[in-house]
Amino acid sequence: MLKAKHKTGLVFFPAFDWAISPTHPEREERLLYTQDQVFEEGILDIDGVIEIKPDLVTIRDVQRVHFCVPDPWAVMTESHFISAGGAKTIGMAVAEGKVEKGFALVRPPGHHACRVVHGARGFCNVNIEAIMIEYLRRAYGIDKVAIVDTDCHHGDGSQDIYWHDPDTLFISIHQDGRTLYPGTGFVNDMGGPNAVGTTVNIPLPPHTGDEGFLHVIKDVVLPILEDFQPDLVVNSAGQDNHYSDPITNMNFSARGYAELTAMLRADIAVLEGGYSIEGALPYVNAGIILAMAGLDYSNVREPDYDPQKMRQDQNLSARIREIGSLVLENWRNRRLNSAHMRINKDCGRRRRRIFYDTDNIFETQEETIIVCDNCPGALRIDSSSDAGNRILAVHIPAKACDNCRRQGLQWYEQADMERFGQAFLQDRQADEFKEKRP
Amino acid sequence: MIIGLDVGGTHTDAVLLGKSGPVKQVKIPTDSSDLFRTVLAGLESITEGIDPRRVRRAVLSTTLTTNMIIQDKVPPVGMIVAGGPGLDPELFRTGDHYHIVAGALDHRGREITPVDRGQVREAARSLARRGITQVGVATKFSVRNPEHELAIAEMIRDRFENVFCGHQFSGHLNFPRRIATTYLNTAVYSVHKDFFEAVRKSLAAKGLNVPIRILKPDGGNMSFEASIGHPAQTILSGPSASVMGAVAFAPKDAVCLVLDIGGTTTDMAILIDGVPLLAPRGIRIGPYKTLIRSLLTESIGVGGDSVIRIRDGKPIIGPRRAGTAMAFGGPEPTPTDAFITLGLSKEGDAKKARRAMAQLGRKFGLEADDTADIVFTAACRQILDSAAAMVDRINSKPVYTVHELWEGQQIRPAHILVLGGPAPCFAKKLEELFDGPVSVVPRWQVANAIGCALARTTSELTLFVDTALGVATAPGEHFTRDIAHDFTKQQAIELALELLREKALRRGANPDHLEMEVVEASQFNMVRGFTTTGKNIRIKVQVKPGLIHGYDPVSETMTNDL
Ligand SMILES: [Zn+2]
Ligand SMILES: [Zn+2]
Repeated sequence: MLKAKHKTGLVFFPAFDWAISPTHPEREERLLYTQDQVFEEGILDIDGVIEIKPDLVTIRDVQRVHFCVPDPWAVMTESHFISAGGAKTIGMAVAEGKVEKGFALVRPPGHHACRVVHGARGFCNVNIEAIMIEYLRRAYGIDKVAIVDTDCHHGDGSQDIYWHDPDTLFISIHQDGRTLYPGTGFVNDMGGPNAVGTTVNIPLPPHTGDEGFLHVIKDVVLPILEDFQPDLVVNSAGQDNHYSDPITNMNFSARGYAELTAMLRADIAVLEGGYSIEGALPYVNAGIILAMAGLDYSNVREPDYDPQKMRQDQNLSARIREIGSLVLENWRNRRLNSAHMRINKDCGRRRRRIFYDTDNIFETQEETIIVCDNCPGALRIDSSSDAGNRILAVHIPAKACDNCRRQGLQWYEQADMERFGQAFLQDRQADEFKEKRP
Repeated sequence: MIIGLDVGGTHTDAVLLGKSGPVKQVKIPTDSSDLFRTVLAGLESITEGIDPRRVRRAVLSTTLTTNMIIQDKVPPVGMIVAGGPGLDPELFRTGDHYHIVAGALDHRGREITPVDRGQVREAARSLARRGITQVGVATKFSVRNPEHELAIAEMIRDRFENVFCGHQFSGHLNFPRRIATTYLNTAVYSVHKDFFEAVRKSLAAKGLNVPIRILKPDGGNMSFEASIGHPAQTILSGPSASVMGAVAFAPKDAVCLVLDIGGTTTDMAILIDGVPLLAPRGIRIGPYKTLIRSLLTESIGVGGDSVIRIRDGKPIIGPRRAGTAMAFGGPEPTPTDAFITLGLSKEGDAKKARRAMAQLGRKFGLEADDTADIVFTAACRQILDSAAAMVDRINSKPVYTVHELWEGQQIRPAHILVLGGPAPCFAKKLEELFDGPVSVVPRWQVANAIGCALARTTSELTLFVDTALGVATAPGEHFTRDIAHDFTKQQAIELALELLREKALRRGANPDHLEMEVVEASQFNMVRGFTTTGKNIRIKVQVKPGLIHGYDPVSETMTNDL
C-alpha cells in the first residue's frame, strides 16, 4: 500500500471557467492536463494525500495586506477570492496540524501583486501568499516566515509587500531581470532600511538547468534559511523555469523541480506561473506533490526529456556560482549593509513608477518609511495612477513601536483630503482597516 | 411478474411482483458456504405454485463475488501492465502473476514509447507456463487511446481463454484503479459465469426459463449476458438493493436520508429529488480501490444487535455484535432489548429484555426503563451523527469551476426513510430527534428485494473529443471516430447520448424508459502560441439509477395495503 511519508494536503482549484482572455496564457485550459495527470497517476488515492475544498478569503483577509483602489471588489473577481482562499485553506490545514505539508494548486496566481493594487499586473491581482501568511500570523501567532519564490519571474509583488519586514525572509530565484519581465530583482536589492538583508534576490542567467537551480538551493538558500530560522517556509512554486515554457528561457526539468521541493522541505507550496501547460505542468505538479509527500518521484519524466540536451555548460555553471557567492556575502554582511544604507538621510524615501502590464495602468508612488531601531516602521504611500486615482495608504505594522504607531495614526488623521480621493489606514496592531474620502 | 432476490449476510429475501402489487414474499436463511443452494432455494420457494410463463425475469443481488474478494479466495489470474513515466506500476501489483512491460502514452493519448512486444511475449510465455488462463491488460491513459491495450490483447489472445482490457470497464482516469478493476473483473469472471450458468440450468430443468438479470452497486441492473463482460460489476450490490427499495417512497422534490438498519450495521444513503447520489470515484473493496461505479452508501457499526459499552458514564453502541439480543437468547444487552423494554416491539421475550436493561442499568444507577431510553436514544443519535458527518463529507467534495464553488448548493436532508428489520421501532425514536418527517418504507423487511426487482438497467459513458487530433473516443465502446475540426460540444453530447442508448439497450434496457442525462459537458479551447488549435471536449452521460415504469402503481398499492 502506497503511503505518504508526510501527510500532505492539496487544494486543487483549476478554475476551469475563468480566463484573463481566450488566448491568454492564464486561461481555462491551464491546469486541465495537470488534472488529467494527477487523476491518472491516482495521486489523490494515496494514503496520506488528501484533497481539501478551498474556502473563500474575506475582504478583511485581503485588507490585511493590500490597499485596493478604489476597493477590493473593483480589482478582484470571484476567482481571486477562491485562489487566495485556496492558499488560506491550505495554510490553515498546516497551521492546525491536519496535514504536515500543503500545496495550493490554484489559479489565478499572485506574486506580482504589490501592496497597493490599482489593477492586474503580470497576470496577478492580489498576492495570495501574502494574504495567507498575514492570516496565519493573525490567527495562529506565527512569527517568522520565509518565502522562497521559485517562479521564473521576479516575485516583485511579494518583495514589495515584505520590503520593510525584518520578520519575513523573501528569497526570489528568477531569470535575470535584464532578460525578462518584470525587469527587477537584482542581487543588491536587499530590503528597506529596517529590513536590510531579509529580501534576497538570486537572478540567474537564461538557460540555467537542474544543476544550477539545485546548486543555488543547496548552497545558497538552505544556509540562509538555516540562519534565519523561520517558523514557516512557503514556496511560491512557479513552474515557468521549465525548459518547455513558452514565455521564459530556462532549462529546468520536472525531476529538477521535484528534487528542489524535496531539498527545500517547505511547509506550504503555492502554485504561481507556468505556462507550458501540456509539456511541463502535468509532470512538474505530479513531481512536486510526490516530493512533498515524501514519495518516490524518480520516475516522473517529461515525454521529450533529454538530459544531454539540457546539460548546463561550464561557463554558465561558473557564473551561477559567482552569483551565489555574491548573495551569500550580502547575507553575511547584512548588518553592515544596513548601517551603510542608514547613513543616507533619505534612505526612508522611495519614488517609483509601477506598470500594470495586464491592465495597462501606470502608477506613481512616493513611499516613506520611518527608519526605526525598535520596530519595522510605519509606512506611508502616496499613490496615483494614470486612471486618475490618487490615494494615501498608511500601514502600521503589528509590531509597531509607540512612536511609529503615533506617526501612522497622525498621517492618516491629518491626510490632506483635497489632494487624495481616498485615504486608507491598515492598522495591523488593532487588526483594523479604515478608509476616508473627502 | 418480476422476481427480486437479495442475498444478505444472514437472510435472503425474495419477492414476486405483479403489475398490481406484490404477490408473494419469502425470507430464508443464507448459507454462505453454499450460495448456489441458497439462491435456488429462494427462487424455488418464491415461484412455488406460480405458472413459470408468467414470470418475465428474475433480478438477483448476491454476495458471490463480494465474498470471494473479501475472503481473498480469487483464483490466480495474470496481469500485464504498461505505465511508462510516473509512479512505478510495481506499487499496484495485484499478485504473483503481474508483469510490467514498456510502453507509454501521454495525457492526450499520444504515444511516447511503443509497447515492447518482446516483453509482452515473454510475459505471456511465463503466464501460460504457470497455467494461467485469464489475463487482464491495463495501460496508463488507455481511456484516451486504447491502442496499447488492444495491441497487447491481440498479441496474447490465442494463448489464453480470456483477455480483459482496462478501458472496457470505465472511461475514468485513474491508472491504479484501472489495474485493480481489470484484475478483479478478470479474477471473478469464471466463478461468476459458472455460478449463474448453473443457476440458469437448474431453473430450466424445473421448467423455469426466466431471463436473469443482476443488480449492480450503482442501483441498476444488467442482463446476465452483459455481466459476463463486466463480472466485477456484481460486487457490493446489497446496499443498492435497499436504496432502490426506498426510492419509490422518497419525496420527489427534497433531499432524503435512507437508513437501512440491520442487526450489525446501518447503511446510509442520500436521495436527491428521488434519485440516489452516486459515489464520486469507485467502489473500495478489501484492499482494492476500483473504478466500479456505485451509489454513495456508508455503513456504520450500529444495529439492533450491537453490543453496548460504557464510556464516561455514557452508552456507546457497537460496532461489535456478540449475537442476537438477550430477548432472543443472546449473550449481551442490545438496542433491541432497549426498544422491547420500551414496549415498541412485541417480538422476543420481554422479560429477558427487561432483565438485560436492568443489568446494564446497574452500571448507571438507573432503572430498566430509563436505561432502555438512554440506550435507544444513544443508538439513534449515533446514527444521526454519522449521517450528518456523511453529509458534511458530501458537501466538502471539491469542485473545479468558479461557478460551482460560488453557487455551491449544500445538501441538507429534510426527510428520513427507514427500512430493515427493526425499522418501525427506530423510526419512532428518530422522529423525536430529527427535525423533519421520518417514515418507514412499506414492507421494510423485504424492501431490498423489491428494490432489486424494480431497478432500471443503468449505464454510463464517457466521450472524449480532441479536435486538434481530429478524434472522438469512447473508451469501452470500442469507439474511435475521426471527426472534423469544427466538431461542436452539442454534436459531442448528441453522439454520447446515441452511444449510451445503444450501450444501455445491449445491457437489456427498455428503449421506452431510458432516462438519460448529461453528467458533465466541458469544452476547452486548446491554444498553442497565440492561436486556437482545437477544442478539447469531455462528455459524461448516464442512465440515471431509478425504477422501471409500469410498476410504480405496485409501490403505491403496497403503501396502501399496509
Ligand atoms: Zn512567472
Ligand atoms: Zn518604530
